[in-house]
Amino acid sequence: MEPELLSIAPAVEPVTVAPPDQGAAGQGTTPAPPAPSERGRRGGSGYGNLARWESGLVVALIATVVMAVSLSTHFMTRANILNLGLTNGEVAIMALPMMLIIIAGEIDLSIQSTLALSSSLIGYLWAHGWAMPVIIVTVLVLGTLLGAFNGVLVTRLGLPSLAVTIGTLTLYAGIAEIILGSNIISNFPAGYTTIGVNPFPHTDLSYSAVIFILLAIVFGFVLHFTPFGRAIFAIGANKEAALYAGIRVKRIKTVLFAISGLIGALAGILLTFELSTAESNNGSGFVLSVVAIVLLGGVSIFGGKGSLIGVVLAVLVFAGLQNALLLTNFPESASGTIPGGLLLVAVLVPYMGELLRRGRRALARRLATGSQEGGR
Amino acid sequence: MSGSIAPAGPKGEDLAGEAAASRSQQLVDFVFRVRELGIVAVLVVFAAVTTAIEPRFLNDQNIKFILSDTTIYALLAVGETMVVISRNVDLSVGSVLGLSAYLSAHMFSQFHDLPIFVVFLAGLAIGLACGAFNGAIVALARVPSLVVTLATLYIIRGLDVVIVGGNMVVASTLPNSFIGITTASIVGVPVLFLIIAAFVVGAAYYLRSFRSGRELYAIGSNPDAARLAGIPTGRRVFTAFVVSGGIAGLAGVLWAATYGTIDSTAGTGYELQVVAGVVVGGVAIFGGSGTVVGAAIGALLLQTITTALNVLGISAFWEQAIAGALLLLAIALDRGITVRLTAALRKRNLRYGT
Repeated sequence: MEPELLSIAPAVEPVTVAPPDQGAAGQGTTPAPPAPSERGRRGGSGYGNLARWESGLVVALIATVVMAVSLSTHFMTRANILNLGLTNGEVAIMALPMMLIIIAGEIDLSIQSTLALSSSLIGYLWAHGWAMPVIIVTVLVLGTLLGAFNGVLVTRLGLPSLAVTIGTLTLYAGIAEIILGSNIISNFPAGYTTIGVNPFPHTDLSYSAVIFILLAIVFGFVLHFTPFGRAIFAIGANKEAALYAGIRVKRIKTVLFAISGLIGALAGILLTFELSTAESNNGSGFVLSVVAIVLLGGVSIFGGKGSLIGVVLAVLVFAGLQNALLLTNFPESASGTIPGGLLLVAVLVPYMGELLRRGRRALARRLATGSQEGGR
Repeated sequence: MSGSIAPAGPKGEDLAGEAAASRSQQLVDFVFRVRELGIVAVLVVFAAVTTAIEPRFLNDQNIKFILSDTTIYALLAVGETMVVISRNVDLSVGSVLGLSAYLSAHMFSQFHDLPIFVVFLAGLAIGLACGAFNGAIVALARVPSLVVTLATLYIIRGLDVVIVGGNMVVASTLPNSFIGITTASIVGVPVLFLIIAAFVVGAAYYLRSFRSGRELYAIGSNPDAARLAGIPTGRRVFTAFVVSGGIAGLAGVLWAATYGTIDSTAGTGYELQVVAGVVVGGVAIFGGSGTVVGAAIGALLLQTITTALNVLGISAFWEQAIAGALLLLAIALDRGITVRLTAALRKRNLRYGT
């Protein structure tokens, strides 16, 4: 069994080099890494496809902004910039751990229920007279544990993350309902709920938007400039190869799920204070937006590919589009169509390229066989 | 399987191979029968315990309530099972149901004396169209169905919201004969339940005995191997989605008849309930195994739990958490069974040298 797998590993290696970036990522994890500059250059050339995708996103972003400005004079106002952050900050923040998890070839659908459970717990504990700092720490710890639970189910029991997190999506949302029922807690201290009204000092941005920017820098650094980040790419590109390259696949995946839980709890805290409302269905439907943003950002649903820049651009496109449509009195209950539509676009556009390539290859093959037959 | 490869070998070896194959086949059959019996056992134990605590639980009223509540979920579970067996998932069923429920019921307010079967045909057509859209993208673009149907879940719901707006169809505008579909009963058993039960049995027979039905299992077990074996995987997966959509469309009409009041939120969240029922019912989320009968029993189990919570005076807020926990349990159990079964089969095959 073992030698057989070992013999497969090198055979698989060349295949994994074909997609743009993971070849570099995989090599970066070998014990004797090449000089940083060399590795960077190799990675850079491999990012060609992704760079093209990101340029497309820049164009989409410009188009969105132009459309929004021409549709409504309110788009570029300070109040609306604040509003943009308030309505999209949590989704944007949750997109960061989702990016890592999808690049590692897994998915975490339960993050929206982690948010809901955190929100419910804040309300419950506050109503029971706990001090707010203690509540916040408790909720963050709980979120991490919820995420780690997903991770343990996925890595130790070998269950598919898709199935597990559909299960915990339901389970955590159910626990949120048990905790808070249909109660709504809203008497939070003004010192905390100010983040839902006022921008971050000296800026026009909401607190959640500022936190997103800080976290994006951290996540981007970890993903693109650390061995941990390269290990994530390697795992997503080829789990077996990563394992035989000495990467602790299970541990890294568990950590990623735990981070996802932590960030889900953080988003829950932010949303609760922004809305000044703890409710068991806070954030319902967010997960679609989160997944849509990550895939729109050029992260491959099959793992192994993606970049922070792409995801950040996708966040901006998503937020701009959502905001522009709401400014034009698009029915709010139908606003799910935007992430839905973006998600379809994100998965279909690469397919169009693939289709084109397949067609070209088929044509070339036909021409080649045609000339061969002619030669005979 | 090995029997079909063996003909070249001596006769004795062939027979031994066949015996081993049939014994493994028996083992596989046994395990899956146990898997389904397990759900039935859980259902019986659950009903018994609930009745012991609260004797009112198993009265006519409640049983009828559970059965009629199960019908729509069981119907949806049939389509979902076909999709899940092929290693896909259809999350758009709740939205398709909602769209079909509103549009079909709305037809009555426009044309009062429309024959009921025309309304069912309309619902079916809406569902088929949605299913074909899902299926085409999944089969042609080879995009994971989770992503595609997550997107269409929201797109179809958005379409529904745009069409319905703030409107609503109320029961008083619907013909009594239409509402009557769901309340008719023979000796205390809802007619609709009998029809759906017959449908489930028919679907089970199809998946068990028809070539195209078996091919869905083959695709779910190993898509690449299925393709290499000459199975038109794309077409089969496409068909599974079309069937699932069509069934969701029909379920929408039944939903309209059952609840009478239809706005743009009809069927919200049904997809998770349906997937939960299917997986709890022993259909492996990895594809390749499970039956529609199991899925229907899974739907029945979830509905029984809901009613039991209600009867026991436990808050309905527990419902979702229990469904989630059952879902996780079922997934873990399936994994355990698969691992054991694979090990057992390998051991057998080693012993008999196939």
